[in-house]
Amino acid sequence: MTEYTPANVGTVTRYVVVESWNVTPADVAIRAYEIAHGVMVKENCFGLVVMGTEEEVDRVIAEVRKLDPNHIFVKDRGFPPGDARRCRASLGGARPGFHGIEFEMGILPYISHGLDKTENLDTASVPALQQAAPDRRLDVYTLKKMIDAQEP
Amino acid sequence: MAKIFIYPATSLILSDMVTRFGHKPLGSAIAVRERVQTPGLESPPLQITPEEPKKGLRWAAVEVPAGVRGRMALYGPMIGECDAAIIINNADLAFGCMGCARTNELLKFLLRQKDIPRLELEYPRNEAEGVQFVTAVKKFLSDLGGKK
Repeated sequence: MTEYTPANVGTVTRYVVVESWNVTPADVAIRAYEIAHGVMVKENCFGLVVMGTEEEVDRVIAEVRKLDPNHIFVKDRGFPPGDARRCRASLGGARPGFHGIEFEMGILPYISHGLDKTENLDTASVPALQQAAPDRRLDVYTLKKMIDAQEP
Repeated sequence: MAKIFIYPATSLILSDMVTRFGHKPLGSAIAVRERVQTPGLESPPLQITPEEPKKGLRWAAVEVPAGVRGRMALYGPMIGECDAAIIINNADLAFGCMGCARTNELLKFLLRQKDIPRLELEYPRNEAEGVQFVTAVKKFLSDLGGKK
């Protein structure tokens, strides 16, 4: 057993995911670099990884969000950017956790649309929540019917 | 500002929306960060040590696999701490090994047992459902005292 001495103690790391048709991750990165002041900013294919003290990171994120508020999404990350235990440069293949973001990026346009539509909506005017949606998974009986229908 | 447990705990959408509407999301990144930034014995990749399954005994019995108890050591304290919860049911994103599946079942059970405001949804599949999804989350979080 080796002793573990953590790096970057007291910092927070956040992902900035860009899902926009008029702002690219490069645009967001340039804006973030302009106002970084000691915050580490790393650009990647879907947005940025921002690391620093919580106040500074929140300040940078609040500023870059202004570029396209309803199309820029933010999420916490446990590891600092480039950490050898997670970075794909040292592991190969996609980073563990990327598949989750990849899955949700397919849904982000619907969320952005929802945010656009409900921007000026007063929550008091929103109708009460409907019943929970019925289970939409494919049930085994329907699957059996589909398989049977395929048989010659 | 309320503490909202999000399920799936790694969800980008829920994490963003909870922050956007003025609350604090409790997800796996928070628990992992806590371990990654705490000195101790080296136990890569997630700094989960043999101590974690012991801590997990608070939420799962000793005959439950160590994988479930280890995961519960991450999520259990956050369930105790949260003021409300948002759950996305049938999320493909939450699919994983048996350890993940059983932990997910236990997490949802504990959240439903706890007497807190809870919102259960499914991922939207089109723009109309996207509006419904955002409206439901926005209303739920506003009722907890977040941004309108």
